[in-house]
Amino acid sequence: MPCIDSSGHMTEIAAKILAAMADGVPLNEIAEKTDLPLYRIRSGARELVEAGLVETKGEAYVLTEAGQAALTNASRQA
Amino acid sequence: MDTTTQEKDVLGFPRLGQPAPVFEAETTHGTLRLEDFKGSWLILFSHPADFTPVCTTEFIAFAELAPELKKRGVELCGLSIDSTYSHIAWVRNIEEKFGVKIPFPVIADLNKNVATLYGMIMPGESKTETSRCVFVIDPNGVLRAMIYYPLTTGRNMQEILRLIDALQTTDKHGVATPANWKPGEKVIVPPPATAEAAEARMKAGFETKDWYFSKKSL
Repeated sequence: MPCIDSSGHMTEIAAKILAAMADGVPLNEIAEKTDLPLYRIRSGARELVEAGLVETKGEAYVLTEAGQAALTNASRQA
Repeated sequence: MDTTTQEKDVLGFPRLGQPAPVFEAETTHGTLRLEDFKGSWLILFSHPADFTPVCTTEFIAFAELAPELKKRGVELCGLSIDSTYSHIAWVRNIEEKFGVKIPFPVIADLNKNVATLYGMIMPGESKTETSRCVFVIDPNGVLRAMIYYPLTTGRNMQEILRLIDALQTTDKHGVATPANWKPGEKVIVPPPATAEAAEARMKAGFETKDWYFSKKSL
């Protein structure tokens, strides 16, 4: 589940994960909310970190400035 | 084969009761690591090749089994020495021709990394394909069961489900399960380890044939 598609846009699932992270929802709850298996949420979170949209602080995932901007962008497009 | 190669092959085989070999692999669901499955049971299985008939019947059968596995907290992950593009094309073909959506990721193990770690390649059968292997990994990442089938023989999904039920029953109740056991049937009480315990077992109220052989209902 690459979080950024070939045209440089964030995928729908990645946008959902990012939005849930902005609300401070833990990964297992994101899995329940999105009805996706936890392993996909974990790999998606890792990809968001690699893309610089999210950073980890201890156990928590926090949006970076780029992540905030991407989220704003995604909600404008929705 | 020299001694060093033989030793390497033996060491490369996974062992029951030990942590499953860790991996990171490209799959039809993106890059996945073994640790992504932590907290769930995982059935990691290999098939010889995409677009082959026995494998197609197995993929359909695994997909049909997936809802029952989900109820038991079990994820599925397939593997073969094919590319992600081949997997995607095959999975789409199965949906188009057989009306079955494949819900689980499939590892594209072109460099044979995962296949080698798990001993999925049986050179006596094929040096370029993985045999029909099943690895059951528990929520703590420990390898709990392995099944190996040859290239010619499709696996029995009911046996895989039975195996999961047996392992989960063992973990939950601290018991063993007899031959051909199915959920709802009597289980084996572990044999006593001391002479005193053996004596006590005879009066413990189980269905006991002798001190070492007791069954009970759950």
